Order: sequence, then C-alpha cells, then structure tokens
Amino acid sequence: MSDPIIKIQNMNKWFGDFQVLKNINLEVEANKKIVVCGPSGSGKSTLIRCINRLEEHQEGDIIVDGNELSEKTKDIEKIRAEVGMVFQQFNLFPHLSILDNCTLAPIWVKKMPKKEAQELALDQLKKVQIDDQANKFPGQLSGGQQQRCAIARALCMQPKIMLFDEPTSALDPEMIKEVLDAMVSLAKGGMTMIVVTHEMGFAKEVADEVIFMDEGMIIEKAETKEFFANPKSDRTKLFLSQIL
Amino acid sequence: MQAINFLKPNRDNIKNYSIIGSVLILISLIDVISNAFLKTNLTSFLPGSLTTLFPLILGLIGLNMMRIDYSGNKTLDILNKNINTNNFNALLTLLILFSIIKALPPSLSWMILDANISGDSKDACTGTGACWTYIKVWFRRFMYGMYPNEFHWRINTAFILVIALGFVGYFMKENLKKYLALYYVIIYPIIAYLVIYYLISGGSFGLQWVETGAWGGLSLTFIVSFFCLIFCFPLGMIFALGRRSNLPVIKYISICYIEFWRGVPLITVLFMSSVMFPMFLPEDFFMDKLVRVIIAITLFEAAYCAEVIRGGLQSLPRGQYDAAKSLGMGYWKMHIFVILPQALKLVIPGIANTFLALVKDTPLIFVVGLAELAGMLALAKTNPKWLGFAMEGYIFASIIFWIICYAMSKYSYNLEAKYKTER
Repeated sequence: MSDPIIKIQNMNKWFGDFQVLKNINLEVEANKKIVVCGPSGSGKSTLIRCINRLEEHQEGDIIVDGNELSEKTKDIEKIRAEVGMVFQQFNLFPHLSILDNCTLAPIWVKKMPKKEAQELALDQLKKVQIDDQANKFPGQLSGGQQQRCAIARALCMQPKIMLFDEPTSALDPEMIKEVLDAMVSLAKGGMTMIVVTHEMGFAKEVADEVIFMDEGMIIEKAETKEFFANPKSDRTKLFLSQIL
Repeated sequence: MQAINFLKPNRDNIKNYSIIGSVLILISLIDVISNAFLKTNLTSFLPGSLTTLFPLILGLIGLNMMRIDYSGNKTLDILNKNINTNNFNALLTLLILFSIIKALPPSLSWMILDANISGDSKDACTGTGACWTYIKVWFRRFMYGMYPNEFHWRINTAFILVIALGFVGYFMKENLKKYLALYYVIIYPIIAYLVIYYLISGGSFGLQWVETGAWGGLSLTFIVSFFCLIFCFPLGMIFALGRRSNLPVIKYISICYIEFWRGVPLITVLFMSSVMFPMFLPEDFFMDKLVRVIIAITLFEAAYCAEVIRGGLQSLPRGQYDAAKSLGMGYWKMHIFVILPQALKLVIPGIANTFLALVKDTPLIFVVGLAELAGMLALAKTNPKWLGFAMEGYIFASIIFWIICYAMSKYSYNLEAKYKTER
C-alpha cells in the first residue's frame, strides 16, 4: 500500500456555533476515485472545499500530498495549483474566452509560455470535445459545455487531484451525460478524484470507494460493490432506497 | 359618461378617429403657435376665459379620440403608451408642449434675434437681448484666465501633447498591451505633469515663468479635472480593496480614510489645503497652491471612487473568487486578472457619475483664489466696465460645462457597450 495522497485526521469544522464537520477521518490513495454522497446539508461540499482550503478547518489535520494545511501554510497557492476543482455553478470567468479561461492560470501561476499554454488548453478542450468553441465566451455556451470547459480549465493546471463539487446538479438532464462522460474518461486516465454527486450510476461505474455522509459525519465508507450490495447502517439503507 | 364613451375609438374605426383627433390637435397647436409667435388670437370670437382654454380642450378631445389599448400602428402605440395613457397624462403633455411653444419666442429673441455680438465694448450692446459682445471680448480670459496673451500657444501645445499621449494606448503593439495599465497609472501622469510644468509654468528652455496664480479659465478647469481624475481612480481602487482586506490594520485604515473624506465638505478641505496646511510645513518647504488643491480634491474624490468600486467588488459572486483561488492564484493575481476586470466593468456608470461630479466641483477652487471658468465669470461680472452681464456669462459657462459632461457620459456609455459582460 502506497502513502495516501490525502490524509484527514480527526477534523472538525464549525460555521459559528454550528458544527458542520464532526471528527472526519479519511485517507485517499493516489489514483483512487472516491464518490461522496449524502443528503443536502450533510457537509460533503464543505469537506471537499476543506481539501484545497477554500474553507478553513478549526481542529485536526489535513495533509495533501505531504503538505499540511493550516494557518501557517505559506504556499497555499502551490498546493491549490496541484488540486483541481470543478464547481456546481461552473464559475467560468465570464469576461474571458473559453481558451483564455483555460490558459490564464497556466500562464500566470505556472509561468508557462503562452504558446505552450494554448496548445495544452486546446488539447484539454479537445478531450472534452469543445475545442471548436475555444474562441467563444462562457455566456454563449450551454450549461453542459460550460461545465466541460470548467473541467478542461482545471486539467490545464495538470493537477494531481481533482475535486468535483456536485458537477451535474445545475444541469439539464440531457446535459448531465456529456459531463459525466468527460469525467468517466478522466477517471479511466488514472486521475485521483473525489466527487460529490448524486449520480449513483456514475459511482457504480468508476468509483473505488463510496462515502456516505450525514449531519457532518462519515456514516459509511465502503468499496463500491459492497456499498450498494449490502450497506451496513440503516441511514445508508434509507438513503439508497430513496435515491435508487 | 355616455358622451365620452361615444368618442372612444375601437379597432375598426381607429383610422378615422385618429385622423379627426390629429386634426383637432393640429388646430390647437396652430392656435397656440399663432398666439405665441404672431401675437394674434384666432379665437377672439369666444368669450374671455374660454379663448385661453380653447386649445387645451380641443387637444384633450383630440388625444381622447386617439387613445386605444392596441392599434397595430407603431407610432400611435408609442404615443399612447408614453404620453397619452389617460386624460391626466394627456393634459400634462399638452401643458408642457404649450409652455415650450409659449416660452420659445421670448428666449429666441433674447438669445438670437435681439442680441448683439458686434463691437468690442459695452456700448455696442444697444438691443434688448443678450450681449454676446461681452463673451466675445472676455473669451480669452474665460479660456486662459490671467495667463499672458502672448503665451497662450504654450497652453494649447501642452494640451495637444497631453491628449496625443493619451492615445498612445490605441497604437501600442500587442506584446506591450500588458503594460497598458502601468502606462496609464504611473508613466502617463508623470509625463503629463512634466509637459504641463515645463510648457505652461515655464521657467526653463527660454520660456518665461508664469506662476499658477495667473492660470485660470477653462484651461485650469481641464488641468485640475485631468489630474484629479487620473489620480483618484487608482487611489480609490486601493482603498476599495483595502476595505475588503482580511488584514485588520489595512481594513481599518481604509475605513477611516473613506469615512473621514466622505464626512467633510469639499469646500472646507480646500480651505484647509490652502490656509491651514502650509502652517504645518517646515519654513523652507514650498508646495504650490494649485498642487495642494489638486491633492486635496484627489484625496476627497478617491473616497467616493473607493465606495463605488467596492460596490462592484461586492456584486461579484463568491464562485469567481473560489474558482480563481482553486486555480492557485494568489491575492494579486486573482484581483488583477479575474475580479477587477469584472468589477470595474460593472461600476462604469457609478465611476462616470463620480467623475462628472468631480468636474462640476472644480469651480469650488475659487474659494482659495484660483479662478477657473466659473471663477473667471465671477471676476468678470464685477468688472466696472462690464456690469450687468452675469446672465450671458452663466449661460455660456453652463453650455461649456454641459458639453464637457455630456461628452464624458457619452464616452462612459461607449465603454459600457464595449465591455458588455457576456453573462
């Protein structure tokens, strides 16, 4: 067994008086795909936002690729550059073209030459099949295309880990598939992924492990087959019976 | 009620009704126009009060006959939707229209027909109208203040140079475009300052020294506005970012700064800058009055700019910050490439508003003895040889200020259209 790329130990987080995450312990090995599911408000988004420190945790340790995340972490930008993130609302930069959205960070954060960055971006856009839209602006694209662009944008930073925060929740049903396809092919390429989603079909297809969260706690963590075949806790059974 | 309903059109007879209505309105208009311009009363056969009300009544009936919810005729629909929604609005429309027509002949005759422009002394103004001779004779003073006549070319040259340098950005090569902000924020103001200092102030290169007390008129308005505008914007941006900073020291300094300058009237700031401020300076330290005034106005307006820009920053969704951070951008990269371009686009109308207010605030520098356009007017109207022409002067100044401000607001609309957010 190799060293885990993400290691979370006894992590607690509060929003004011309200404890959103309670005693989280999680280890993710490189190249594994983890699906996090659970009812809304269960803290799954907050959990993955903690992994690239968009949210700060108050207690416990989070270690990403050997770097501990805390207030003392100096080069938080460097760690974030290694962790790609895809959001529910896409969050593309509306004032930049699709291509510029993808090249902005490589050029200015990684100091990549412009030409190289553009080639890389076109390559990534091709993988998600929107290279023909490269010169359009985000507002001119459909939701599915925007989300695929957001995936390409994150991949342009050549991250070691990809986080997905409900990537298909804001999409029309017929656009969900195109985004999931892009994610499946990314998973087959061997990327380490943590995906918060309600798409159980996706979980069954690509996930190595499924985590079920409720009320800020990890209720169940199991191999995918095991998780769906015989869930242990009653809460998980109830959730699965409602969602499947 | 029946009678009024009888005059109500429906979609079938709207054509005839609108023709009759237009004719009635036309008659009422002819009556008012002939009354205003030819001083004849076409309806003198009617009894006293009815003859004054006659055009109003006729117009109202006419508009009433044309009023319909939807006719299919574009012009008629626009008319009905905007100025003819009900009898009260129709009445207001007619009243405004008639008042304008009534006011036209006297103002026209004052401004043009009975006005004088020939000659070069007060005696030339014999008519009952405006005396534009006054503006003509004082024109150079209004433009250049007390600046010596033979050196006016220096002001003109300096302005042309500064404007030309402002257009450099348009011709910059593609690979230099990233230094554009640097150019406009730092290099351009310095060059502009040097140009104005060496050309207008003089004192070297064989040019005679002209002290800033002699500067004035519209050129001074331009100089003060120009420097205040280009300095207050970046300064405002810094304080807007500062106020949203996570670092308490920077945050509270910014809040104090903004609340202080927004809390004091500009006129006291100007007094302080010219009367109090020099007292705190060491004996041998000299700072020109004009420079002090420009600094004062800049600091003052920067606080307003800061709040406008902060509004833009706050209106951006949090997701934009998240996305930029998740790509590994630090504070400055995030703001320069992602946040500010979007926020500044959103605040163009607000910034234009602040800038217009700034230009119109410049006449206040009169209180410290600097006479820009409005200040020169105040001086000129008290000149014993030219007493009694304040009206002409203020109309002239209003027109000039209006042209400047309208040009600025037009430019801001252009910018808005150019950077329309693709959301």
